Amino acid sequence: MEAVKKHFFSDMGVMLGRSMRHITRSMDTIITVTIMPIALMLLFVYVFGGAIQAGTDNYVNYLLPGVLLIAIASGISYTAFRLFTDVQRGIFERFHTMPISRSTLLWGHVLTSLLSNAISVVVIILVALVMGFRSSAGILSWLAVAGILALFTLALTWVAAIAGLSAKSVDGASALSYPIIFLPFISSAFVPTESMPSVVRAFAENQPVTSIVGAIRALLSDQPVGNDIWVALAWCIGILLVAYFFAMRVYKKRV
Amino acid sequence: MQTDTAISVHGLEKSYKNVNVLKNIDFTVQKGTIFALLGSNGAGKTTTVKVLTTLLKPDSGTATVNGFDVASKPDNVRRAISLTGQFAAVDEIMTGRENLIMIAKLRYLSNPRRVADDLLRRFGLTDAADRRVSTYSGGMRRRLDIALSLVGKPQIIFLDEPTTGLDPEARIEVWKIIKELADGGTTVFLTTQYLEEAEQLADRIAILHEGRIIVNGTLSELKRLFPSPKVEYIEKQPTLEDIFLAIVGKKEGK
Ligand SMILES: Nc1ncnc2c1ncn2[C@@H]1O[C@H](COP(=O)(O)OP(=O)(O)O)[C@@H](O)[C@H]1O
Ligand SMILES: [Mg+2]
Repeated sequence: MEAVKKHFFSDMGVMLGRSMRHITRSMDTIITVTIMPIALMLLFVYVFGGAIQAGTDNYVNYLLPGVLLIAIASGISYTAFRLFTDVQRGIFERFHTMPISRSTLLWGHVLTSLLSNAISVVVIILVALVMGFRSSAGILSWLAVAGILALFTLALTWVAAIAGLSAKSVDGASALSYPIIFLPFISSAFVPTESMPSVVRAFAENQPVTSIVGAIRALLSDQPVGNDIWVALAWCIGILLVAYFFAMRVYKKRV
Repeated sequence: MQTDTAISVHGLEKSYKNVNVLKNIDFTVQKGTIFALLGSNGAGKTTTVKVLTTLLKPDSGTATVNGFDVASKPDNVRRAISLTGQFAAVDEIMTGRENLIMIAKLRYLSNPRRVADDLLRRFGLTDAADRRVSTYSGGMRRRLDIALSLVGKPQIIFLDEPTTGLDPEARIEVWKIIKELADGGTTVFLTTQYLEEAEQLADRIAILHEGRIIVNGTLSELKRLFPSPKVEYIEKQPTLEDIFLAIVGKKEGK
């Protein structure tokens, strides 16, 4: 057991290296994760943007937080996919018959998810800068934004782990991200909720994306974040804990 | 416990929810020998392998591998074994070499690259070493899969239907590898659906049928148990296997 613990970081490094190879070698992953949200951003800014009354003069600024969440939501479906293939191909079994720390297997996937999503977030922010995104936020606010996005990624990654470990087919493994990708559309990510019919508005204002988007938007524009940030954090941590609990249960049952 | 015993199983039982798969299994495997567990599809071969390789806990009975109980000392067991599962557990997106280096690192070997080079050469995969595994043929995949199991020279190797789905040529290559392993002192536990395969390779054969070991002995003991079938005088035709081998020659892996 001691030996197993001692090698945790070395095992972790191997797992991480493996997953990063998977990302860089699956070009379609990178393309879908960054190109789709970027296309969405272009569409909303240059096609719909003129017709949308968001109450800001810079629509890119308004839009960016929601686009980042969409990128992360589509990114994590690949985490589910990668986990699914590992289970399916018997790679988990091979690793589990070796004297390595079992948790590194899952954590390797989680870290990969964080890293790859961080990469796509940075790429999208750079494109947004070209499109006119400007922020007056200081370093602390940026760190807070990074923290919220990381927490959001982590929470969704564990949701993805449940899907990836329990799915019976590839489609099942990645299907979960569709509703998550859709959530930002029924939130304040693209248009203010005030413009929505009352039932939709009630949903939009009380789902996690709106508070997360609100908090990030406030941080980036150097506005007071108010309650949003606490609601956002509560959502992320809540989802994280529940998903982690169930993912671990599925994992233990599966292996 | 005798020191020359590699695997010993007593009164092993295992059920999935409502299927009683293994009903009171007993056998022992001597160190350095090849033991074949022969059984048809669904007999419980994979379940037995999973219990012995610490992937499943037995419901009752005991199983010791390399002197350690699989249920209470899984880490000790894992240090002595490796598993080549029923389906090749190779990373398709990585190259053959990268797969080997990864496992060598996870076994904390001091020179993963050298280990990988040696195994690639030994398994005739040097030319394909830097190609992604997704481009490999079934036989090459299986060879890589077995090579991965040899990284770090484990004392006991489990092979679950190592030749199922392979063409005759690849099958014979795998047989050769298994024989070499045993010659080098490794204990080999293999499962198979083919009597011929067990005959070719194993020092001892156990037949698993409906969750019980119905026969367990050396090949000659088994032959004595089953009187030879009545002799018929027919001309011996070359088998499909012979024809196939004659035609394709040695092409794979190039
Ligand atoms: N996870 C499982 N849940 C329920 N039944 C299973 C499971 N795995 C295998 N079985 C059943 O147990 C029996 C033995 O399976 P297995 O050990 O895989 O046989 P073999 O490897 O000899 O083909 C089969 O009837 C199979 O359907
Ligand atoms: Mg089987």
